[in-house]
Amino acid sequence: MIEVRAQLKRQHFELDVDLHLDQRVTAIYGPSGAGKSTLLSIIAGIITPDHGRIVIGEECLFDRVEHINLPIHKRRIGLVFQDGRLFPHLTVEQNLSYALKYQTQQNHQVAFKEIVDLLEVSELLKQRPHQLSGGEKQRVALGRALLSAPRLLMLDEPLASLDERLKDQILPYLKKVADEINIPMIYVSHSSEEILQMTNHIVKVQSGKVKTSFLIE
Amino acid sequence: MFELLQFTPSELSILALSLKVAGFCVLLILVPAIIVAWILARKSFYGKSLLDGLVHLPLVLPPVVPGFLLLLLLGNQGLIGQYLHRVFGVSLAFTWAGAVVASAVMAFPLMVRSARLAISQVDRNLEVAAQSLGTNPMRVFFTITLPLAMPGVITGLILAFSRSLGEFGATITFVGNIEGETRTLPLAIYSYTQVPDGDLPAMRLVILSMALALGALMVSDKLERNAYKKIGYAHD
Repeated sequence: MIEVRAQLKRQHFELDVDLHLDQRVTAIYGPSGAGKSTLLSIIAGIITPDHGRIVIGEECLFDRVEHINLPIHKRRIGLVFQDGRLFPHLTVEQNLSYALKYQTQQNHQVAFKEIVDLLEVSELLKQRPHQLSGGEKQRVALGRALLSAPRLLMLDEPLASLDERLKDQILPYLKKVADEINIPMIYVSHSSEEILQMTNHIVKVQSGKVKTSFLIE
Repeated sequence: MFELLQFTPSELSILALSLKVAGFCVLLILVPAIIVAWILARKSFYGKSLLDGLVHLPLVLPPVVPGFLLLLLLGNQGLIGQYLHRVFGVSLAFTWAGAVVASAVMAFPLMVRSARLAISQVDRNLEVAAQSLGTNPMRVFFTITLPLAMPGVITGLILAFSRSLGEFGATITFVGNIEGETRTLPLAIYSYTQVPDGDLPAMRLVILSMALALGALMVSDKLERNAYKKIGYAHD
């Protein structure tokens, strides 16, 4: 159960959302500039909203009134971005184990080998990020996020920088992760095709407002 | 021609002193310069331009001015110096340690500029990604920001080292020109030009200086290449 209430007012932008997510995978859908990424940044702790409250499960991550505001590194939210954001000075293996290194809780729900096998990156371990293709980068990024043992995984347009052929190659991995690993997922995309393959619970965001939140039968 | 390369023991000890002063200078400023560089690159606060200005001041002032101010502050009768002298028995004025301080003040802005540029070019999104994996900001700095800024930090170190080797004005004002204590290469060259028959030893020290400068540049280039390679960029 994830509860997100947030209001944010900037010069040319206003965000006002009130979400209760209880599905395993929720898609956040809307045109670019609608505030999808801002919403993710607020949940992750990168942007602090003016008002609101964010709760995942039992734990409150943010509450304006109660002055609770966990920093990014204590929120345990895995992030996968459009551009992968692998650390260029580390090998694939080091990128993956970086997620294990500084964890405070040693609850390695998902073991290193398990993830490497699931995402089929064992051949890439010794390589540097700049040697990888776009699709390989995204698989490593996904694996890294999973290894940090997050309680929520958020993917921000994870396929947007890939061509059609590669998208079709990565989607099965994403579905595998959604099916096999018991972590709630928020999947942000402006492509309805992509979303329909991932989930049937869709939140539509437009001009900073939640327009509709519905389940597709 | 041959005698240009026949360095006397006293000339070699001048070289050794210069290297010692420059080496300690770099050690002294390394950590503070990286901290200041990080603050200037990543923080915005009231008075930032003042801090920026103060850091850069030695770069634009005649070197004699910082030298004189150091004498007023850290000299044995100086504001802080008399206290250092009385309580800790430390005397900076007219000692090689003072020469380190003088060249550190002059080299500091070069180190800061270089490191600041490098840090500000590190993609902040990578830092956020690292934090989202559960790493606290301090560790993110040491594992992501600093390694990625390393080429710039190394450039800054070499610049600072070279600046220290060439430091003249602040040094002679603060610690004088004492043989075996504060007479570094530039001061020794200057001294030789002031005495009859000094041209030949001066020339030999000029050759040493040039070899040293060239060596520093070559080492810097090599280190920088390695550092770039390490962070995954092909660099040529």
